[in-house]
Amino acid sequence: MIEQLAGSWNYIIVVILMMTGLFMVIARANLVKKMIGLSIFQTSVFIFYISLGKMAGGTAPILDGNPDTLYSNPLPHVLILTAIVVGVATTALGLALILRINEAFGSVEEDEIIAAKASQSLARPKRPTSEAAE
Amino acid sequence: MGAAILTNLPALLVVVPLLLAPFSAVLPIAGLAWVLALVGTGISFLAALMLQSVTENGVRISYHLGNWEPPWGIEFVVDSASSLTLVVMSGLGFLATLAARRLVAIEIADKDSGKFYAAWLLVIGGLFGLVMTADAFNLFVFLEISALASVILIGMGAGTDRRALVAGYHYLVIGAVGATFYVIGVGFIYAITGTLNMGDMASRLPDAAGGAALYVGFGFMVVGMLVKAAIFPVHIWLPAAYGYAPSAVSTLLAAIATKAALYVLARIFFTIFAGTPEIVDIALSNIIVPLAVGGIFVGTIMAIYEADIKKMFAHSSVAQIGYIALGLALATPAGISAGFIHIGNHALIKGGIFMAIGGFVAALGARASLETITGIGRRMPITATAFLICGLSLAGLPLTAGFISKLYLVRAILETDSYVILALVLISSALSVVYLWKVMEVMWMQPAPARSPKLVENPAIYLPLWMVALGNIWFGIDAGWIVGAARLAATALLGGGA
Repeated sequence: MIEQLAGSWNYIIVVILMMTGLFMVIARANLVKKMIGLSIFQTSVFIFYISLGKMAGGTAPILDGNPDTLYSNPLPHVLILTAIVVGVATTALGLALILRINEAFGSVEEDEIIAAKASQSLARPKRPTSEAAE
Repeated sequence: MGAAILTNLPALLVVVPLLLAPFSAVLPIAGLAWVLALVGTGISFLAALMLQSVTENGVRISYHLGNWEPPWGIEFVVDSASSLTLVVMSGLGFLATLAARRLVAIEIADKDSGKFYAAWLLVIGGLFGLVMTADAFNLFVFLEISALASVILIGMGAGTDRRALVAGYHYLVIGAVGATFYVIGVGFIYAITGTLNMGDMASRLPDAAGGAALYVGFGFMVVGMLVKAAIFPVHIWLPAAYGYAPSAVSTLLAAIATKAALYVLARIFFTIFAGTPEIVDIALSNIIVPLAVGGIFVGTIMAIYEADIKKMFAHSSVAQIGYIALGLALATPAGISAGFIHIGNHALIKGGIFMAIGGFVAALGARASLETITGIGRRMPITATAFLICGLSLAGLPLTAGFISKLYLVRAILETDSYVILALVLISSALSVVYLWKVMEVMWMQPAPARSPKLVENPAIYLPLWMVALGNIWFGIDAGWIVGAARLAATALLGGGA
């Protein structure tokens, strides 16, 4: 039992992180905290992939000519490099949107923003005055 | 030279929009950025038409990016199914770009126009890649390219309505969770099969002792794509996103964005998991069919109670996506071709409707609601008539494209003897007339408020709009092309192997 747990230690961490992140995304009203939750959620998937590719006792996948050498699988690690880039872009875009939301609504709390929604929207469409005059 | 271009068409379809995007971002003149976007989408449309004519006879193009042999390298696959989706998406993308010139000039600040068209091209290029790629992880990358770019486009609606920012944020978070779910699923399937190539996965899955990992991986992949395709109950991001986005963006996204995700869903079911039909059958008949029917009703009923026109038709999109998903989930050749027919026709219908709403918003200088469009039928006859045609097509009146969709969907359902679903589809069709009638009654039968200013109709908006509206009539009368192409698509999809 204990040995089994120790063997899948990485995956237990993955599940805990995944649930923590997902819970924060769903339950937190603060937009920044939602973003943090999303990052934790994505990070759990990174660890999942990295654990998949790791062989017990495996070394870095650099060919050394010895047929007995055990290599780790580099492909999941490379995939996660891409996923990390996507994750960074997502976080950056999310934080940029939060900045703009804070400027427009004066708050980053979801309940306050929803309450403010009913009021007048920010601005009118920019339209040429010549047509408006007609 | 000519031959080199022809053999590299699949790659060009993605490369041209992606390459033009950064140029468009730095162009100081808004008009030039639009020309770039128009050139990019125009070339894509031509390329998609060429690919379609090549794959018409069941030919399957396998393009190896960078000449790396699959399964090691990334493979683009164009068969009758993906080429039909590509033609629909690039055609409507081109028309939406035509209409965008005027809509963007009104709603987006001039200094942001370059960046707007850059994001626009990224969305289109990303969606093309999504449809063509046969690499499960590469698909995630294209998914995120188009999703992040569409969040930017939606957020640009903040100039006219600050709620666009919140809508964009929610789409970003929900979409990112969906995409991450898909990646988790791919991880499981990769762990079982040791490959990322879809065709390779399909051939290895039946022999691989997957066990629970197979079910978990399948579930995560499907749920992730359900979010992106906006299928009930994970559609909640869609009404606000389409409702508050700039008019041009609503047109583009409503016409083509969810279609790509629906096509990917079909490929997950019928290509990747073709070798394990037992789990696909359970998922389709016990989960996707009820969800699709649920989405049809929720979308229609929400549309009936909505007073804001853009949000009303966004809710109606949820219902229409339900019809497409229902057709695909029947998993019979007739059902899948009905799904593909509606992918094409719904793009025509919703593209036209959102273009017309854009025309109203541009002339009114205010959000289009049941109140503001009162009597607009006589004040803007050209735009409103095209809107009427698209609306009738949405309701499924004979001689319009929408009728063909409903006809083939009903036939496909009759073939499977599921009369409960048939009854539900017919009831929901009748319900959709309720909200359409509400809009048409306000537009055409009520007088405009006294002393209302004269509204100017702009040919830059109504010319592309009428092309779409006439398309609705054309494909309603002569449906031979789309029906034939959809049949071939269904055969290609069910034929197994990617």
